[in-house]
Amino acid sequence: MTKRRGWLLGLSLGNLLFLYLPIAVLAVFSFNASSMTAQWQGMTLHWYRVMAEDAALLTALQNSLLVALVSTAIATVLGVSAAVSLERSPFRGHRAIEGALLLPLVIPEVMMGVALLLFFVIVKVPLSLVTVTIAHTAFNLPLVLVIVRARLRRLDPRLEEAARDLGATPWQAFRRVTLPLLKPAIVGAVLMAFTVSLDDFVVTFFTAGPGATTLPLKVYSMIKTGVSPEINALSAVLVLISMALIAWSLMFQRTQRRMYPFGH
Amino acid sequence: MGGPIVELRDVVKAYGVTRAVDHLSLEIRQGEFFSILGPSGSGKTTLLRLLAGFERPDRGEVWIEGRLMQEVPPNLRPVNLVFQHYALFPHLTVFGNVAFGLEMRGVSRHEIVSRVAAALEMVRLTGKQERTPTQLSGGEQQRVALARALVNRPAVVLLDEPLGALDQQLRQEMQVELKGIQERVGLTFICVTHHQGEALTMSDRVAVMDQGRALQVGSPREVYDRPASTFVANFIGISNFLTGSVDSVHGARCTIRVPNLPEIVARHRGGIGEGGRVSLALRPERLHLSREADLNGFDNAVPARVAKAIYGGHEMQYQLRLSDDVLWTARVPNDGTVERRFALDETVFVRWNADEGAILVE
Repeated sequence: MTKRRGWLLGLSLGNLLFLYLPIAVLAVFSFNASSMTAQWQGMTLHWYRVMAEDAALLTALQNSLLVALVSTAIATVLGVSAAVSLERSPFRGHRAIEGALLLPLVIPEVMMGVALLLFFVIVKVPLSLVTVTIAHTAFNLPLVLVIVRARLRRLDPRLEEAARDLGATPWQAFRRVTLPLLKPAIVGAVLMAFTVSLDDFVVTFFTAGPGATTLPLKVYSMIKTGVSPEINALSAVLVLISMALIAWSLMFQRTQRRMYPFGH
Repeated sequence: MGGPIVELRDVVKAYGVTRAVDHLSLEIRQGEFFSILGPSGSGKTTLLRLLAGFERPDRGEVWIEGRLMQEVPPNLRPVNLVFQHYALFPHLTVFGNVAFGLEMRGVSRHEIVSRVAAALEMVRLTGKQERTPTQLSGGEQQRVALARALVNRPAVVLLDEPLGALDQQLRQEMQVELKGIQERVGLTFICVTHHQGEALTMSDRVAVMDQGRALQVGSPREVYDRPASTFVANFIGISNFLTGSVDSVHGARCTIRVPNLPEIVARHRGGIGEGGRVSLALRPERLHLSREADLNGFDNAVPARVAKAIYGGHEMQYQLRLSDDVLWTARVPNDGTVERRFALDETVFVRWNADEGAILVE
């Protein structure tokens, strides 16, 4: 028993090292006084200052936040309504529609990027932040749908009936009973979608036009001209934000489990 | 009690090819505690859902308070349902749950507070207003569900297996309490249950249902003592049957001839003729066992062999073989006397009065 535990612990530690050591190295080197990436020359916050004063970088950050915010908002409204209508009033062919809605989750990102690019070219929409936002909405929607749907499925349909029985109209029942019970899932989905949008490179790469540079695209272009410790600093900040958002999202999904320990 | 507050007229509701409710007509009177008793799948829950408005009848009409309910959605019906597993809102407190119906109807805050308090007092939950449902025991959740319905003062309270999730002891306490509450508020209760004891204890009238039909409607005493069919008799806990033909009829009494047994004297309520096939249904606790063959004041004494003796604490249960194809059960209170204990394979005489039991026309 203990022997097996030790073996499992070792394996887990190995996994963690494999996953997080590169990130840790990156974070450490963001404090490196040397402009050469691989050589340690003492502590400094210099690169963080450089980053904060880089106007192009700040614009990219602004773009990223804007795209993430708008695409998450649209995806949330559409995803929640889709989840509710698929779960509560299944219509003919709802399985096919559901499959189609979830497809972006499994399609390779490159293909999705290319497809969206082709689509925008065919309908003659110039590439800009708008097309990036549309593209992000496309992959955020199934994400929201899956998370909210899972919660909805475990929700007792009799709760809505009870509300109706107590005098609530269908809308009141949704507003006063279903929506509050879905809240943890929706908040979790929002944070997840926001993070994914903020971090996305591939789809953005294909759908962004000139001037529509998001943070990941900016980082990529900076690397092309040589790796500066400024990128390390930026990456460290990005990783930190992403991890915080994911942790927050998971926390919300856990609250929902605590609220219904019997899982009905 | 008064005229009908709920009326079902020839209601049919089918799911696919199964008819959950099959040409059912019922009248439920103002202020009565009406139970619908039946096994699972008998259509009793569908019946409640038809009354609550979650289902629409394929045929027939549902009337509540003299209004046809065909086009009335659940939120506008003068009924409230106590759900089987309560369906309490997990995100609201006890207060929030009970206040929900009043809020939906736009009752003033001031009135809500006092009415919720009164409802919670009625179900003895004062002081637990701020708890959430998961912090309550099963019995308390059941009371919240009841208060949530009662607080709206609906014309009819519908209860779906209200005590089904409670343990045996709590269940018996709540039977008495539920009936008490119903009498105090004076509302009409329609209760669905598969538990015959529960239905008999609480109800003013009982409908026994099977396969979407009401087989018998009557007071608990009528249903218990005079079941109208073999199914009702079986369901209400009668396990002893004899099938034979009517030999003679003298006034309220008749004699029945059963193969390989002495003639049986029974009381009938009409509807039989000489030579007709009938069944006699007898309750296990109404049989008297003795080693003596004489009638000793009873009308019938039939010899039987003890096939099984089961010790049940407060009573002994005997399986008795009367003939090759008749096996009966008798329950004998355990009063501690040796003379009432019978051994396996012993021959005993089963004695009972003609007034006991019910004649069912086949």
